[in-house]
Amino acid sequence: MKKTTLAQMKANRKGVVFEIAAGMGLQNKLMSMGVYKGREIVKISHVGLRGPVAIKVGRSVLVLGHGVASKIEVEVHD
Amino acid sequence: MIKKIFLVGNPNVGKSVIFSRLTGVQVISSNYAGTTVEIMRGFLKLGRQEFEVIDLPGTYSLEPGSKAEEVVVSMLNESSKEEIAVINIVDSTNLERNLYLTLQLLETGLPVVVCLNMCDEAKHHGVSIDTALLGEALGIPVVPTCAVTGLGIKALIEKIENVKIVSRPKISHRERWQAIGEIVEKAQHLTHRHHSLRELLEDASVRPFSGALIAAGVIFAAFKIVRFIGEGLINLIADPVFVNFYQPFLDKLSLALRPGSFLHHLLIGDLVDGRIDFKQSLGLLTTAPYIEFAMVLPYIVAFYLVLGLLEDIGILPRLAMLLDNLLHHIGLHGFAIIPVLLGLGCNVPGILATRNLESRRERFIAATLISIGIPCVALQAMIFGLLGKSSGFYVSGVYLVLLVIWVVLGVILNHTVKGYSPELLVEIPPYRLPSFSTLWKKLFLRIKGFIIEAAPLVLLGVLIINVLLYFKLFGLFTGLFEPVVQGLFGLPKEAVVALVMGLFRKDVAVGMLIPLALSVKQLFIAAVLLAVSFPCAATFVVFFKELGFKDLLKASMIMCLVALATGGLLNFLIH
Repeated sequence: MKKTTLAQMKANRKGVVFEIAAGMGLQNKLMSMGVYKGREIVKISHVGLRGPVAIKVGRSVLVLGHGVASKIEVEVHD
Repeated sequence: MIKKIFLVGNPNVGKSVIFSRLTGVQVISSNYAGTTVEIMRGFLKLGRQEFEVIDLPGTYSLEPGSKAEEVVVSMLNESSKEEIAVINIVDSTNLERNLYLTLQLLETGLPVVVCLNMCDEAKHHGVSIDTALLGEALGIPVVPTCAVTGLGIKALIEKIENVKIVSRPKISHRERWQAIGEIVEKAQHLTHRHHSLRELLEDASVRPFSGALIAAGVIFAAFKIVRFIGEGLINLIADPVFVNFYQPFLDKLSLALRPGSFLHHLLIGDLVDGRIDFKQSLGLLTTAPYIEFAMVLPYIVAFYLVLGLLEDIGILPRLAMLLDNLLHHIGLHGFAIIPVLLGLGCNVPGILATRNLESRRERFIAATLISIGIPCVALQAMIFGLLGKSSGFYVSGVYLVLLVIWVVLGVILNHTVKGYSPELLVEIPPYRLPSFSTLWKKLFLRIKGFIIEAAPLVLLGVLIINVLLYFKLFGLFTGLFEPVVQGLFGLPKEAVVALVMGLFRKDVAVGMLIPLALSVKQLFIAAVLLAVSFPCAATFVVFFKELGFKDLLKASMIMCLVALATGGLLNFLIH
């Protein structure tokens, strides 16, 4: 078990959302799109060092800007 | 009594297609979130009754988070709950996420029918949903549909007529997801499928290297295909039709009207070497229709055909991801690429699509960059027609100059415009095989829109120029701008007329340059100036409506500065 942010997490790894360090607005938006504490996600890829991150949540693929991705903490299984 | 039917659902679940099916009103639909930026209204007749059907923008929840959500919530609260029915459109390939909104709708105490759309696609994905079980779990009617083919629409209408309010107690977000998990567990059955070629492509297109490669290839191919189809339509259809069928009729008319008369001047224009020249005569029956139908329309058809394909396959949101980094440097995020691409067709829908951007700052930057640095397809077609013959190098040059302006201006705006720019947060749709009928309807709608909007303005523009030329009224006017146009830009003073015409319609403006016999350098500078300078009347109006007078004034001032600087610099640099 290792804690990291979605931005720093390696591609092709599974993880569980552990904390979303964002304001209520963004939390609610993520919540309605299916990203919430305790939810399992798979990181597909990221573009460049400070670029957007693509993740798979349930059956949908979401793209989050780098800033959003760094606010989401995940627990990754080794 | 139900009076209004609202269509509510997540982005990109096919609300607009259902809307078209219910009302017969044709609207543009694509495979990405946020195609519908305006609230569409139409009517559904059932026997003697008539219902108003309202297509709302896509939303993930009923908690006001973005503008689209606020609109949905306020519209739903507008009328009393006895008078409305809600069709909650659900993407059956993604049941779990979609049900979040469904539960919220039920908790609000609205009468809801669930429309389980894209059920054919769900089958391909190995998803099967037990409609009866789902309906039972939710306590409301559930109708499977496939809006693109029209399957299930009849059943849906029947269910709306006897919709009832089923209220669920309000629960917390967490409990809601938990409840959804239980419902999905019961009603949905997944069959595991091996990765298909499509899924491999989907994956590859959101990874940096393969994605960039695919995107570059697609964009290059798109440009080539637009040029190929556009040229082909002009050379094989439009031009021959004008020369072989239309010209003989005009020749007779010209003789009957006698060259030199006012009416001849108005309708036919000036004869070049004793013959009608469609590009130069400048008559209402010669140059006006030729510009619109033989020079611009073929490219409109080609452009919107290719754009429609890209939209429906689902490539645009993937471009948004790949370009996110770059666009951050100019104060935008990746999704802004969609308004920009629409702007390449016509600036008006491009500026309208900036509604999908959240902050005012982003909208101002995007709208300003679109109106200054993005040439519409009508202007591009004329630039191909004008410069393409002398040098393809200069055609690419125009794009290159515009790109430089874009980047420089974008960086400046990013550092000077106040406000915040939110981050990208968007869903990437699966690749879909476009349906021929949706593609065709969309193309038809856009071409119709172009003709209705452009034809009267083009005729009016040519008419005004014609009258002014006949009474020799241009002298006063051209003299006034001579120092700038001749001194700074190195263009003959008559080019002022074309530049001013650009306020009206860009295509006619370029047409005005043809009789001036400009050198390639002059043509190049004039083309860049027309692209950069004031947007056409329609863009002006839409900019004003969307962003208000103050922003329009600001953008116009930026435009003047950019035009003066670019025109002067190019004239100075090119020998």
